[in-house]
Amino acid sequence: MHRRDALRLLAAFPALAGWSTKALAAEWDNTLTEARGQTVYWHAWGGDPKINDFITWVGEKAQERYGVTLEHVKLASTADAVARVLAEQQAGQTTGGAVDLIWINGENFAAMKAQGLLHGPFAEALPNWPLVDITGKPATVTDFTLPTEGFESPWAMAQLVFEYDTARLQNPPQTLAALAEWSAANPGRFTYPQPPDYLGTTFLKQVLYGVMENPALLQSPVDEAAYDAQTAPLWAFLDALHPTLWREAKAFPQNEPALGQLLADAEVDIAFAFNPGRASAEIAAGTLPDTVRTFVLQGGTIGNASFVAIPFNAAHQAGAKVIGNLLLDPEVQARAQDPAILGFQTVLNIPALPAADRARFDALDLGIATLSPADLGPVLLEPHASWMTRIAQDWASRYGVAQ
Amino acid sequence: MTGTLEMQGLKITLGDRTLVDLTITIPAGQIVTIMGPSGSGKSTALAALTGTLAPGFRMSGRILMNGKDITALPTRARNIGLMFQDAVLFPHLSVGHNLAFGLPPHIRGRVARQARVDQALTSAGLSGFAPRDPATLSGGQKARVALLRTLLAEPCALLLDEPFSRLDTDLRAQFRSFVFDRAAQAGIPTLLITHDSDDARAAGGPVLNPLGKALLP
Amino acid sequence: MTERRSRGLLRLAPPLTLGLMAAPVLAGVAGTALPALRDGAAAFATLAQWPGLPRAAALSLGTGLAATALSLLLTILILAAFAGTPTFARIRRMIAPLLSVPHAAAALGLAFLIAPSGWIARALSPWLTGWDQPPNLLILNDPYGLSLTLGLIAKELPFLLLMALAALPQIDADRRLTAAATLGYGRIAGFCLTTLPALYAQLRLPVYAVLAYGMTVVDMAMILGPSLPPTLSTQIVLWMAEASLMQRDTAAAAALLQLALVLAALGCWRLMEMAARRALVALAFHGQRRTRLDRPAATLALTATVVTAGSLTLGLAGLALWSFAGLWQFPNALPTGLTLRTWMTAWPSLTATLTTTLAIATLATLAALALTLACLQAEAQLRLTPTSRALTLLYLPLLVPQVAFLPGLQVLAFSTGIEGTAAAVAASHLIFVLPYVFLSLAGPFRAWDNRIAISAATLGASPTRIFWRLRLPMLLAPVLTAAAVGLSVSVGQYLPTLLIGGGRIETLTTEAVALSSGGNRRLIGAYAMLQLALPAMAFGAALALPALLWRNRRAMRGLA
Repeated sequence: MHRRDALRLLAAFPALAGWSTKALAAEWDNTLTEARGQTVYWHAWGGDPKINDFITWVGEKAQERYGVTLEHVKLASTADAVARVLAEQQAGQTTGGAVDLIWINGENFAAMKAQGLLHGPFAEALPNWPLVDITGKPATVTDFTLPTEGFESPWAMAQLVFEYDTARLQNPPQTLAALAEWSAANPGRFTYPQPPDYLGTTFLKQVLYGVMENPALLQSPVDEAAYDAQTAPLWAFLDALHPTLWREAKAFPQNEPALGQLLADAEVDIAFAFNPGRASAEIAAGTLPDTVRTFVLQGGTIGNASFVAIPFNAAHQAGAKVIGNLLLDPEVQARAQDPAILGFQTVLNIPALPAADRARFDALDLGIATLSPADLGPVLLEPHASWMTRIAQDWASRYGVAQ
Repeated sequence: MTGTLEMQGLKITLGDRTLVDLTITIPAGQIVTIMGPSGSGKSTALAALTGTLAPGFRMSGRILMNGKDITALPTRARNIGLMFQDAVLFPHLSVGHNLAFGLPPHIRGRVARQARVDQALTSAGLSGFAPRDPATLSGGQKARVALLRTLLAEPCALLLDEPFSRLDTDLRAQFRSFVFDRAAQAGIPTLLITHDSDDARAAGGPVLNPLGKALLP
Repeated sequence: MTERRSRGLLRLAPPLTLGLMAAPVLAGVAGTALPALRDGAAAFATLAQWPGLPRAAALSLGTGLAATALSLLLTILILAAFAGTPTFARIRRMIAPLLSVPHAAAALGLAFLIAPSGWIARALSPWLTGWDQPPNLLILNDPYGLSLTLGLIAKELPFLLLMALAALPQIDADRRLTAAATLGYGRIAGFCLTTLPALYAQLRLPVYAVLAYGMTVVDMAMILGPSLPPTLSTQIVLWMAEASLMQRDTAAAAALLQLALVLAALGCWRLMEMAARRALVALAFHGQRRTRLDRPAATLALTATVVTAGSLTLGLAGLALWSFAGLWQFPNALPTGLTLRTWMTAWPSLTATLTTTLAIATLATLAALALTLACLQAEAQLRLTPTSRALTLLYLPLLVPQVAFLPGLQVLAFSTGIEGTAAAVAASHLIFVLPYVFLSLAGPFRAWDNRIAISAATLGASPTRIFWRLRLPMLLAPVLTAAAVGLSVSVGQYLPTLLIGGGRIETLTTEAVALSSGGNRRLIGAYAMLQLALPAMAFGAALALPALLWRNRRAMRGLA
């Protein structure tokens, strides 16, 4: 799928009536010209070699197609990049910033957008934008209930799935209550990453969905007056669960790969990931046994999208846009979905793709541990970002100092 | 290379103690000996002559070489050759390179310099020793190489700091006459520092203590 | 260059070097203090409300003091029990290479060794322990920081031991010990009463550096330390990285608190020193020979050495194996298969990172060597006497916690626009490399036989010629060793690279620590191997090159 196809699609898109295709194409040609020869510093979490390799591959494509050099700045935490842009803003550096592109979503996006740290809107002017499935996958334009308004461009979908080894466990629990019961019966065999880690906090939000009287409230900002009563069932659940956890909850894994390593080391029997393809990908890489399978909870699990955003002072904004657009290219999206590569879910509307591109996705072997889209069940929308911050804070004051 | 080494009222004190008080003229070809027990100020006098006196000592008077005042010159500009009681050969250089290190730069060209080095070694009964590691030489051989190195630098005067005290009796007499012969050949003023009266006698010249008192007739 | 000009430049070297050490530290502390004090005491109030504060501060103090006291005790025990014996030479050979192991690599190796699913548990399971799955034991990240303390000891014992080894000849230890022995004193009593007081005077600053480092280490604490709450320094780094950006002032306030804690700990330590000295003097009066202490002390010292050196070595061997491992499940003691897959896929990024790491380390080391040599040459040629105040300034970057001045330095580097460049990172490394290079080179440089210089000067050689033709070649081995020390210090730097490099400069250590959060042991193993390989090759060259060059110079061998 190249620019021409994208532009043809674009022409059929009535929402952009104010813009002529010609003007857009000319604009994009300028961007491409400007981008050629630029080096784009993409700040992205670097804790997973599979993702690192994928980004390297994207860099090769960018060089080959657009003459753009991609440098992956491997972060321990996305907040490092956010803090950096903020520091630059405070130092009065409004151009030539060090960060060109950030892998971002949720609270980081909310913080940057609120502080005016982002360049844009740019996403909806990308030639590949019309391919994105914004109606079928609303998370591509709503990030933790916050409309993205074109300030970030999606590149992958993720959903919470649980992982277990059939060699050690035959019938995994299918509900939260069953999970708690199972953990009580098998003490020390389950845990979750320590909040404020992303995946750990996602687990807390998943529990909230299960135990709150009215989960619809999660789509609005936290109401401080009602917060204590609303979240009481969450803390009650955790108070009961913690004594049965790995290390009696006196220590927690620090993030998703660390939790995955515990599953690989047989330190726990049930793990989870924010990526339905992770287990298959790890099996393909030979780091998990091929007896590992995945499951989701009845009633659905939380899902969201990963985005890229461009800081307001990025030195190479044109190059950053080219990368953002390249990430939406069906060839790149299909590669990301290949469990042997990443196993990320695509953000594109596959049925609407040209046949050749559709075939790329049809040809994928999703892997023995990956659930089919139907089996993945309903996707629960991310709660408002304030929930994440608030419960992570609360978690730290309740459990952050072990007794 | 003829000339004189003079000390005019050379007085060195540490606190209120006078260590050295010398007024002597050493003519070319003569050997003067300064003798005294350890701690008597011999090495202080020597340090004053080489210009390596440690801070804390107070010095007055003048040192003249061929009539020229060298009191304030740095060590390397004084043209005074020095032999220690140890040979102090540079351990990372071969015997030949040690000698070449002393050879003045006005002798130009690899071949010419090598010839001078070989000639000096042969004259001291050490022919063929140029490529040797100094650490493999005997005590007597090291001492001879050290003297050759000092003399190859074409010094205007020679200082001998207990150069024989590390050698055993047989070697000592032999090396002593080797040194005195060479000093006489070079025709330069020589100052011997020693605690040994045999050395002083063998030198044949006047013998003083560091405070300038004549000791032996 | 005329002699007068070269003397003038030389005279500038010591103040320039001390300025280069002290200025960034002081400016950095000021830069960190500003945001903490901006809103009055607001940042401190937020900090005080954090429920983990007492525990985190206590952890910082506890692990730092315990690790320092135990490392020092073991150092003294090893020296007292074995100085001058053949066993001592063996211990030295076992310990010395461990000095070059970066802290992060050591921690990662140790973590794999002692974890409930680690190598020890695998080797003993299930045949001895009956474990089919890893036991639910809190060994790693334990709430009391015991594994962190163990890790610190394993890294600091080699450092203190080698610093002590360099000091022993200066205090004429052999004759003191012989004198005590001929008076019938046991080895331990003799050492403690006659040699220790003089030795400790030489060891004081290194011990202070160990204490300050142990209290504030971040990379090691992230891997081995507790997390509920973590140590204070780790929490500072977490706060600085928090997405909401609201905690940066809290982090700055905590950094000042951390600085105060370190100063307080140093003060306490000083008091304990004085008490211990008094006790030793009092003991000496009683004349107890205490020969019966010798045998148990020797056993203890040897056991401690074998355990520390052994656990580090095994841990690193485990990491090496992981980098070649296919599937490796519990309780298999060895991987099911070996594969080059990790190395092959990671190779392109490994080589790029390796090049950056090496370039920065070389730059920092060369600058440190040049400054150190200039200072020492100035000292020798101009007859300057180093004061103890100058030595303390030199140690300043090792005494002030990194988290207290690096954030401020980052802002400074930022406003001058040099931040994020390899040169800036190398400059920040220089602050930490120089003290170690100086410490390692000063002894041999000062011990050089000065008669050689006098001898050469009487032959007409200028000070410059003496330096380049005689002193430097003769000191080749110690200079190369100092370079290897500098290289390994630079390779191991985590916080300066992360902060001054602005995330754009990746070295083996920042990559390894970033990966360690992801737990991928195979890739961590590969990075740790390279982290080890660089210093190992440097130390190897420092041994091999002089041996090759001086193979025909007997007196030059064994000079290191």
